[in-house]
Amino acid sequence: MKIVVLVKQVPDTAEERKLDPETGQLDRGAADSVVDEINERALEAALRIKDANKGTEVVAMTMGPDDAAQALRKTLSMGADSAVHIVDDSLSGADTGRTAATLAAALRSTGFDVVMAGNESTDGRAGVVPAMIAEHLQLPLLGSLISAEIADDGVRGVRQGEDGTLNVRAGLPAILTVTERFPEARFPNFKGILTAKRKPVTTLTVAELGVPAGQSRTVVLSVAERPPRAAGRKVIDDGTAANELAEFLVANRLV
Amino acid sequence: MSNVLALIEVSHRGGIAASARGLLAAAATLGSPVAVVVSAGPLADDDVARLGELGAARIYSAASAAAGAVLVSPAVDALSGAVDAYEPAAVLTANSVDGREAAARLAVRVGGSVLADVVQVRSDNGTVLARHSVFGGAYTVDSAVEGALPILTIRQGAIEGQAPAATPEVSTVSLEAGTGGTAVVEQFNDDAAISGRPELRTATTVVSGGRGLGSSENFALVEQLADTLGAAVGASRAAVDAGYIAQTAQVGQTGVSVSPQLYIALGISGAIQHRAGMQTAKTIVAINKDEDAPIFEVADFGIVGDVFTVVPKLIEAVKARSN
Ligand SMILES: Cc1cc2nc3c(=O)[nH]c(=O)nc-3n(C[C@H](O)[C@H](O)[C@H](O)COP(=O)(O)OP(=O)(O)OC[C@H]3O[C@@H](n4cnc5c(N)ncnc54)[C@H](O)[C@@H]3O)c2cc1C
Ligand SMILES: Cc1cc2nc3c(=O)[nH]c(=O)nc-3n(C[C@H](O)[C@H](O)[C@H](O)COP(=O)(O)OP(=O)(O)OC[C@H]3O[C@@H](n4cnc5c(N)ncnc54)[C@H](O)[C@@H]3O)c2cc1C
Repeated sequence: MKIVVLVKQVPDTAEERKLDPETGQLDRGAADSVVDEINERALEAALRIKDANKGTEVVAMTMGPDDAAQALRKTLSMGADSAVHIVDDSLSGADTGRTAATLAAALRSTGFDVVMAGNESTDGRAGVVPAMIAEHLQLPLLGSLISAEIADDGVRGVRQGEDGTLNVRAGLPAILTVTERFPEARFPNFKGILTAKRKPVTTLTVAELGVPAGQSRTVVLSVAERPPRAAGRKVIDDGTAANELAEFLVANRLV
Repeated sequence: MSNVLALIEVSHRGGIAASARGLLAAAATLGSPVAVVVSAGPLADDDVARLGELGAARIYSAASAAAGAVLVSPAVDALSGAVDAYEPAAVLTANSVDGREAAARLAVRVGGSVLADVVQVRSDNGTVLARHSVFGGAYTVDSAVEGALPILTIRQGAIEGQAPAATPEVSTVSLEAGTGGTAVVEQFNDDAAISGRPELRTATTVVSGGRGLGSSENFALVEQLADTLGAAVGASRAAVDAGYIAQTAQVGQTGVSVSPQLYIALGISGAIQHRAGMQTAKTIVAINKDEDAPIFEVADFGIVGDVFTVVPKLIEAVKARSN
């Protein structure tokens, strides 16, 4: 079985992330770039299938600038067999539509039985790219799963819905997206880091993929930064703090 | 006035989803609201009446044998039929699990573009403008779509108010089974009927608990304070991971974003990813025994103390004052 994991490089959520006030795009210098945690969980799920079944091939795929190669290197050191990097200056600032069209074309040329992605990225948070890819490729999408069983004859999973969960299934090929309920990812080990250097990374351009040139059609019109919050009163409890807080709440008409 | 489609979600048990109010209110600010609904049988009279109350000028009622049995595809088929029928200026869906998948597939099918997680909409000389609250409210971004149909996913709970009531004109269509691969729903496992507490996303007061509560038994303290204040219950990811409470209560980067009048954080350190979901609250109160906990950097009123001694006293003090 061939599993392609879609990996996005994002600014580390543990740092202060910034937007460029002129373009509304990410200020890539503001915070370190990392593999989005949700994509590490998707990769972990794929690697567990490979651990149990040696015939499994795991490919990590990203669309991103030159330095997204670091994200792919990490996935290879964790255990992915190979990687695909779509890199092209014309993709800078791509919106979800352009991103999905490009990834769909790359998936068509790479081939797969299963595509695994995150339910939403931590920067764009749109949660739409995998469903757009599914529509381009006319494939079923099992989205927002909290668990999945992937077998040669199909995928079963439990989807987190708005007011409960759903048991869902689809035949292969299929696309699925994982939520944070999936287990945390393993750390790369020493052997993994050494062998990663020898694993193949294919780079692809927009021209090679034959994706129609069209620009992104979503435009940012303005960006405003909110002033940071200031700390207020801090009292050390000496037995009276609860009363003081109750008075504060009453005085501010909050109770 | 141009038409604006709103995808209305219906629970598999029947009943219009709570997101419908905000969607129709947003649609009414942009044009004439058309509610697009998919159901297995004919739409119930109660549902038609409810959608009228919420401001639907028209209802595009699509009957599909696949409704509830196949994930999302029937909604996409219904929306693309409605796009042909009404030539809308915009399509709105909830930023929900189903809503955003439907928006995404529709965008590819009809050549639209998605504006995601929108908190406010307005129309400027016919151009649909969307406002987003990005990186935990640190930025407000306005965006639009050029040269394509705008498809907006609307953050649940973000749109206030209600559109003026209307008497909807109902068109009924029946959907053919779609082509292409589909995902089949085998079973629904509904959440246990939730308490009488307010909904987390729209509550005016939220009381959240973190890993500092120590166990699911102790987490009851968070619920007691919430009930004293008539508040919704939230949690940090660490509390969810530890199994103190369901994932749907998670506030933060990868959970729900809330902007209540009052947010009370109990035994929560205030990691940046937690703050991303609550720092736009009007007033923030924190109780934590570590005086260096980062939550105090954003708290209007902080108590350095033990939740197990402070919170029971707080509950008594609030009860005494409200009597
Ligand atoms: C703050 C902000 C707001 C934005 N708002 C919008 C908007 O409203 N509309 C819009 O069209 N664009 C928007 N964008 C641009 C959008 O983030 C990018 O197009 C991005 O490439 C894909 O969207 P996402 O991160 O939201 O993806 P999501 O749909 O949230 O991603 C889900 C999963 O898809 C896969 N995936 C997504 N992108 C890639 C990639 N480049 N390479 C490999 N796998 C990937 C990953 O598995 C990911 O976990 C925004 C960007 C930012 C930073
Ligand atoms: C990609 C990503 C996304 C994330 N998304 C989210 C998210 O959506 N929401 C979220 O919350 N987190 C999120 N996190 C996790 C986040 O980084 C923190 O790990 C988490 O918020 C910590 O939860 P906590 O404050 O409950 O636990 P801790 O950080 O362990 O804090 C517990 C606190 O309780 C205090 N305490 C202990 N006992 C007592 C007592 N008796 N009385 C008073 N205080 C006490 C301690 O002093 C401490 O400050 C995310 C992380 C990543 C990497």
